[in-house]
Amino acid sequence: MKFSENWLRAYVNPELDSERLAHALTMAGLEVEALETVAPPFDKVVVGEVLSLEKHPDADRLNVCRVDIGSGEPLQIVCGAANVRAGAKVPCALVGAQLPKMAIKQAKVRGVESSGMLCSESELGLAEESNGLLLLPADATVGQSIRDYLGLDDNLYTLKLTPNRSDCLSVAGVAREVAAVTGAALSLPNVVVVPASISDRIAVVVDEPAACPRYCGRVLKGLNAAAATPEWIACRLKRSGLRPISAIVDVTNYVLLELGQPLHAFDLAKIQGGISVRFARSGEQLELLNQQMAALDSDMLVISDTAQALALAGVMGGQASAVSDTTVDIFLESAFFNPDTIAGKARRLTLSTDSSYRFERGVDFAATRVTLERATQLLLEICGGAAGEITEVTAELPQRTPIRLRVARVSQVLGIDFSAVQMAALLTRLQFDFAEDGGAFQVTPPSYRFDLAIEADLIEEMARLYGYDNIPALPPRGSLNMLAQSEAARGRDALRALLTARDYQEVINYSFVDAAWERDVAGNDNPLSLKNPIASQMGVMRSTLFGGLLDNLCFNLNRKQERVRLFETGCCFTQSADGFIQPEKIAGLCYGNTKPEQWGEVVRGVDFYDAKADVEALFWPWVPRFESGSHPALHPGQSAKVWLEGEFIGWVGTLHPKWQQKYELPAAPVVFELNMAVLLSGRVPSFTEISKFQVVRRDIAVVVDEGVSVQDLLDGMSEHLPGVVAELALFDVYRGKGIDLGKKSLAFRVLMQDTRQTLTDEEVDAVTAQLAEVLASRFGAKLRN
Amino acid sequence: MLNLDDILKEAQAAFAGIDNPAELEQAKARYLGKSGVLTEQLKQLGKMPPEERREAGARINQAKDLLEQALKDRREAIQERLLQAQLTQEALDVTLPGRGLGVGGLHPVTRTLQRIEGLFRSIGFSVAEGPEIESDFYNFTALNIPENHPARAMHDTFYVDEQHVLRTHTSPVQVHYMQNHQPPLKIIAPGRVYRCDSDVTHTPMFHQVEGLWVDEQVSFAELKGVLADFMQRFFERDDLKVRFRPSFFPFTEPSAEMDIGCVMCGGAGCRVCSHTGWLEVLGCGMVHPNVLGHVNVDSEKYLGFAFGLGVERLAMLRYGVNDLRLFFESDLRFLRQFN
Repeated sequence: MKFSENWLRAYVNPELDSERLAHALTMAGLEVEALETVAPPFDKVVVGEVLSLEKHPDADRLNVCRVDIGSGEPLQIVCGAANVRAGAKVPCALVGAQLPKMAIKQAKVRGVESSGMLCSESELGLAEESNGLLLLPADATVGQSIRDYLGLDDNLYTLKLTPNRSDCLSVAGVAREVAAVTGAALSLPNVVVVPASISDRIAVVVDEPAACPRYCGRVLKGLNAAAATPEWIACRLKRSGLRPISAIVDVTNYVLLELGQPLHAFDLAKIQGGISVRFARSGEQLELLNQQMAALDSDMLVISDTAQALALAGVMGGQASAVSDTTVDIFLESAFFNPDTIAGKARRLTLSTDSSYRFERGVDFAATRVTLERATQLLLEICGGAAGEITEVTAELPQRTPIRLRVARVSQVLGIDFSAVQMAALLTRLQFDFAEDGGAFQVTPPSYRFDLAIEADLIEEMARLYGYDNIPALPPRGSLNMLAQSEAARGRDALRALLTARDYQEVINYSFVDAAWERDVAGNDNPLSLKNPIASQMGVMRSTLFGGLLDNLCFNLNRKQERVRLFETGCCFTQSADGFIQPEKIAGLCYGNTKPEQWGEVVRGVDFYDAKADVEALFWPWVPRFESGSHPALHPGQSAKVWLEGEFIGWVGTLHPKWQQKYELPAAPVVFELNMAVLLSGRVPSFTEISKFQVVRRDIAVVVDEGVSVQDLLDGMSEHLPGVVAELALFDVYRGKGIDLGKKSLAFRVLMQDTRQTLTDEEVDAVTAQLAEVLASRFGAKLRN
Repeated sequence: MLNLDDILKEAQAAFAGIDNPAELEQAKARYLGKSGVLTEQLKQLGKMPPEERREAGARINQAKDLLEQALKDRREAIQERLLQAQLTQEALDVTLPGRGLGVGGLHPVTRTLQRIEGLFRSIGFSVAEGPEIESDFYNFTALNIPENHPARAMHDTFYVDEQHVLRTHTSPVQVHYMQNHQPPLKIIAPGRVYRCDSDVTHTPMFHQVEGLWVDEQVSFAELKGVLADFMQRFFERDDLKVRFRPSFFPFTEPSAEMDIGCVMCGGAGCRVCSHTGWLEVLGCGMVHPNVLGHVNVDSEKYLGFAFGLGVERLAMLRYGVNDLRLFFESDLRFLRQFN
């Protein structure tokens, strides 16, 4: 909503300067997004009339003009504009004038005296560019200050209105609000009833009274469609950002801005028979004013004649019945359409019009007829002609039932003591209809307010007019209870801290990714896609965090980073028959050397086991199991499924060489991804007795086939593990000299301890022998030594 | 019998000339060993007449004590010298860099979220969560935004299917939480949200923190108090100016927009605050009775306030980041600045 301050002040003129008025509007909930001046400061420019001109003796393109400025002798002014001519009225800057980009002095132009300058719009700062002098209407008063003549001492307000305040989508509506906020007197344009002077009428049938509770229309005949729009209307339209088009269109637009009621003028000659207001028929089409051919849906309301749809009700008129330069007679419509009927229709046709914007938010249904009178009055004044009687069809209008507003409740909700007297004063300023009712008010909202339905709405009105700034900021009251805090629960922050301590940098990626990533790194040919993605490479929801991390790796490698260690936490998305599955995951990627480049360390690239250690650290004190598995993103020989207590919870592995090649990575990163939920459960520690007896260590070294996994050996030994074994772990792997090809030597550490006694050599040897026997018989292991 | 004093002198001189422990032990043997000079002297005591034996014995023992003392001193001196030599030899250039892993860091959004959560936890708010693919009901209808309501146009919504959207705000968490908990309630709900909008000041995904306090005695004045307190603590400025303007959100009534005095220019006016001196930082209001009604909370008995703030916005203001898009580019040169 953009309008001229002078226009507003014609209706309400509070004793506030422009800045303060803007502040008052903003603080009342009508945010002033911009406050600009119409023209930059300049002075000593008046309306001048070029009396005569002759060619400059020494310059072809210059003219020497005699200019009347309304007083004294006409001035001699040299002018270079191509459109200067005798009789033209133009802005004339006098000697001593200070223009936005220059000062005007008495001067000689190519030897000829020049006492001023004739101005273009750009020279006055009214336009970025202009072509020639600003030609003023013939009736401009010579000698009048151009600032006064053009009303340049004006400001433009741009309001950013919230959707609930449709009542302020007009200058009169804003004026009403300013009056309520500031207490200044309100004087709106006086609308006279235009009596019918012709008997022409058009029959109106409203088939859908719920969608169109009120419809008013009248015939106007004998209009001069070519009449000029008065300057004051054109000026106000322009300052509201509308381009003047023709008198009839300009008047309907002007009244829309003035009173907030959209109007539509049909060319009477194009209407066949009567008017009906109905829903569109299936397959019906309508060419709109913007030449768009709209395929109408059956929930779209149309204004129709006996033959066809003429206009999309409340949205836009049709091309066929539009007024034109040759229009003589019109049918002028002013209607109230139900907001629910209009809502969403323009958007469905990818349109947004001033009309639909207002109707879907709510237009004053009590002003339908008055607005029609206002437009009639202006049209007859400007275009001549005669008006017929108004045809009005009114069904059930929206109800405005009284709302009970309790004095005590206002105080309770706002947290300050409000009195009935204060509230009555504010309700009066709002011009609401109210009655006091023992500790409460019965308030009937006005027809132009569509946002007042319950007590809370009125409480906001009280707070708004009282001023949000005048309500104190109080510390909260409440009982002080400590928050429950589960010790067994682990926060995400603890996991993040662990990874950052292990040299990972956190990243956050978009949840929507390129479908190609999903196919490559998740083997997901049927990803969950968005109906309206913002870009094709962000078209599907990620089912894994791997894609984003790989992209981040490429991005950073291109920026000369050699060592990249990243992690991310976030939701991943898939769909099943039961609905959407959106588990939170935590994933990491490491690339480059295990440690930053430094002295005294042997440089080594990260491998599977480095990332595995990070995964194990994340789980600690839980110990997950790793099992060889194949994943579309990962090297089949270097990837593992991660399990905890029988539950599959993620992957760790080296990137598959084919993706390494595709993404042109010098080396393969190692990645992991785990379900977050499992990691969030820790434990409350529980004490066990520390044995007083010595720990005995025995090592068992065996040679087995390469194909035998360490996990299998550990599982085998653990099946019947004697109670005295406190720890059983692998501590060395050896291949090479002394070990046949295809074999490997594994060394296990066995720690034994009894809580009741010191173990004897016989007992210790028996345990070792038992374990060695399991390895030999089940896995073909040969004992070394 | 040799002159004990001579022996003593000779031995002490010998010890003093020795620099390594092995030689010292050999020297010791020469005097105190089984056939050492002093030991020989002791052996000869038996041949002495008893009256001399006693006196000579005492003198020899005294000499022996002195010799052992000298030996001990020398031993310690050698040890000390060896230790000093070792220390000198082992001395490091302590200015060489330490070895080992580096340390990573948190994303600035996480860092900001932790700060926000910490401040609200300190006055008893707990943290709640909800899904990111949300049903139309939770994202809109339950929050008093019916279909075709113009407020839906304020949310540029990503649709997954006819009934499901990527949540456009974290407000639906309010609804989930109130369905499962009885008042009094005091929660914040941090999380990712999505809007179909991308330009210099908008990314299609960003983070919000929703807050909700429902109790028998909460008011608009306390909403102002809590949020003013939060902003002053967050920016660590006791004198931070705040203001509340009427606004509109379908799920709060009265609704307010909160501005803070520009933290970049101190209110004088700059590019960041569009020369207004104010920064719009969050929307808030008293929970709309319809929202409470949807979850069967008695809106006569209970009042509530709610607010929603943009995390990236606060992070940008706090750390002086001038481009929103940097948060999602994962450029290590950017991210490491927040470690």
